[in-house]
Amino acid sequence: MTTKLLTALLLGTSILGSAGMAYAQDVTLNIESWRGDDLAIWKDKLIPAFEAKNPGIKVVFAPSAPTEYDAALGAKLAAGSAGDLITCRPFDKSLELFKKGNLADLSALPGMENFSDVAKAAWQTDDGKATFCVPMASVIHGFIYNKDAFDQLGIKVPTTNEEFYAALDKIKADGTYIPMAMGTKDLWEAATMGYQNIGPNYWKGEEGRLALIKGEQKLTDPQWVEPFKELAKWKPYLGDGFEAQTYPDSQNLFTLGRAAIYPAGSWEIGLFNTQAQFKMGAFPPPVPKAGDTCYISDHTDIGMGLNAASKNADAAKTFLTWVASPDFATIYANALPGFFSLNNTPVKMEDPLAQEFVSWRDKCKPTIRSTYQILGRGTPNLENETWVESANVINGTVTPEAAAKKLQDGLDSWYKPAK
Amino acid sequence: MAAAPKRPFRWHIVVFLAPAVLVYTAIMILPLAGTLQLSLFRNIDQVQVFVGFENFRRLFGDPNWSVSFWNALRNNVWFFIIHMLVQNPIGVLLAALLSSPRLRFSAFYRTAIFVPTILSFVIVGFAWKLILSPIWGVAPNLMDLVGLKSLFTPWLGKEEYALTTLSLISVWQFVGIPMMLIYAALLSIPDEVIEAAECDGITGMAQFWKIKLPLILPSIGIISILTFVGNFNAFDLIYTAQGALAGPNYSTDILGTFLYRAFFGFQLQVGDPNMGAAIATMMFLIILGGVCVYLFLVQTRLRRYQF
Repeated sequence: MTTKLLTALLLGTSILGSAGMAYAQDVTLNIESWRGDDLAIWKDKLIPAFEAKNPGIKVVFAPSAPTEYDAALGAKLAAGSAGDLITCRPFDKSLELFKKGNLADLSALPGMENFSDVAKAAWQTDDGKATFCVPMASVIHGFIYNKDAFDQLGIKVPTTNEEFYAALDKIKADGTYIPMAMGTKDLWEAATMGYQNIGPNYWKGEEGRLALIKGEQKLTDPQWVEPFKELAKWKPYLGDGFEAQTYPDSQNLFTLGRAAIYPAGSWEIGLFNTQAQFKMGAFPPPVPKAGDTCYISDHTDIGMGLNAASKNADAAKTFLTWVASPDFATIYANALPGFFSLNNTPVKMEDPLAQEFVSWRDKCKPTIRSTYQILGRGTPNLENETWVESANVINGTVTPEAAAKKLQDGLDSWYKPAK
Repeated sequence: MAAAPKRPFRWHIVVFLAPAVLVYTAIMILPLAGTLQLSLFRNIDQVQVFVGFENFRRLFGDPNWSVSFWNALRNNVWFFIIHMLVQNPIGVLLAALLSSPRLRFSAFYRTAIFVPTILSFVIVGFAWKLILSPIWGVAPNLMDLVGLKSLFTPWLGKEEYALTTLSLISVWQFVGIPMMLIYAALLSIPDEVIEAAECDGITGMAQFWKIKLPLILPSIGIISILTFVGNFNAFDLIYTAQGALAGPNYSTDILGTFLYRAFFGFQLQVGDPNMGAAIATMMFLIILGGVCVYLFLVQTRLRRYQF
């Protein structure tokens, strides 16, 4: 009896096994990701597009929850059960995986040449020698404005600081709109949409950022204090009680048409398009003087790497080369307006607001947020302190100089730039 | 002299104690010992190395840590003071009112005041954030109705008010607990005592101060110590209302949120379990110290009355 059952079982498995063989002609690649929101885009657009061009390779997008992603991925990598392709967080989290040998070196991957050094910086070793993830998308900072309000008040889109404040004064004098929708309650708005948004114009983007890392510049230098001084001037233009205004409050104030200008990140585009009932436009951070070169924060946010332990490394590399191609960039950037491809080949996008944002790349020099690469490591943490101090400066409780000094002191306590 | 007959070992004591001891050890003592142990180590090149009191030296010696620590402790003390000065007197007052036989609907009031206690911190934090919101909140409008609009400020966003506001929100939430405990204590005072007092001509307010209050003092002591332990372990309300950075400018940072940031990290800051454990150890010592002071100095002097 038992022998019979066993034989039946064995027979069953062998049939199933050979059935599996038939499929195994195809290589299946699994993608680890925290972007559960993008599941539909991957399933309906990106993966079919890839599979059509590369018969024999099947791709499965398997996201986990954002808050669990890092822990789950770490556990899977340790156990050897992680997917072949790994969605990379920017900077240290991925760098750590690379150092542990979980991510393969992709410096020589065909397609990597499509990306600039700034785009790759988030997934490189500190010396820039090895790149381990293909950059997928970035977010750009700027200001989104209510076009109807600007037309109604006869305001031109500001390009210089002077015009910017003139516009704000005019909106304030008219009184229909709150000039600028921003609050300091959640702290990061002040730093990310304030300091990191307008800052690159003063510290000259990459030039200043790299000098800071090398220790040639300090946060107390004028070019780093100046953005704080500008932020301090914003206070009168913010809504009543901005000290207790949260990030969703700011979004709602703007999309309900109660505020005229919104210091933004391009990730807002998707949401704003569905919520705002008025026409919107965008302008890059105004430059101090007419004719100055403009700089924008084009912050790398998401990339994709190869699991060093993957059994299908060749197929995975084919996929990554495709991710590095303009084809991928076009589909991705159009499906997620506001998440811009980092590819050197310009991508044609349908969304006018997204087009406006990405057009700045042609005239302005891109940089990434100054507090992320290398400087975002220690305690006290420069990024977190920048949140607190930016909010303080706008609240008027700390002077720009004192805020800059606090940041530099904190940085000095742990960061010793290599000389 | 013959040896006394040897008494059999009383196994049943061990057997009956075992479940409680085992469970308590597993979920309380071991984690506590683990925390204390963790605070004496540092992670150097992925290896836990014993460093003695280095973490504590850093916590108190390095201004990057000590300033935050003292700030958190100071805020925590203020948080506690507000509770002691506002929550507990109001709790006693409410209990005294509720125990008055002439009060109608007392069951309703009792329930209504106690309900916030069982609400989640997340709901309380979110609801009050909305109520006090300068943009959508009802607070500015309500104050406008009574002509006090000028007194409204975005309390949760101002360094000087945020902590007090949060303390008062916490008081609102938890005032039901002292009320219930005192109410129970007041009800347990025997009628004979009250009648005797009335025969002696002590009625009304005097009766409360001279007869009832001394009798409920032990309960007030218990409430104080519960408040102390609860406040120095607090975390949830600040985290839900102000976030892990306890803004503005760390003005609402208490030991719980400070511990959270150190232990788990926040945003780009990487968690440091060893420093977190050192802070947790300090919290443990502070609470232990407070409870000891209460037990040895206060409770022994409280007079108890047996009826």
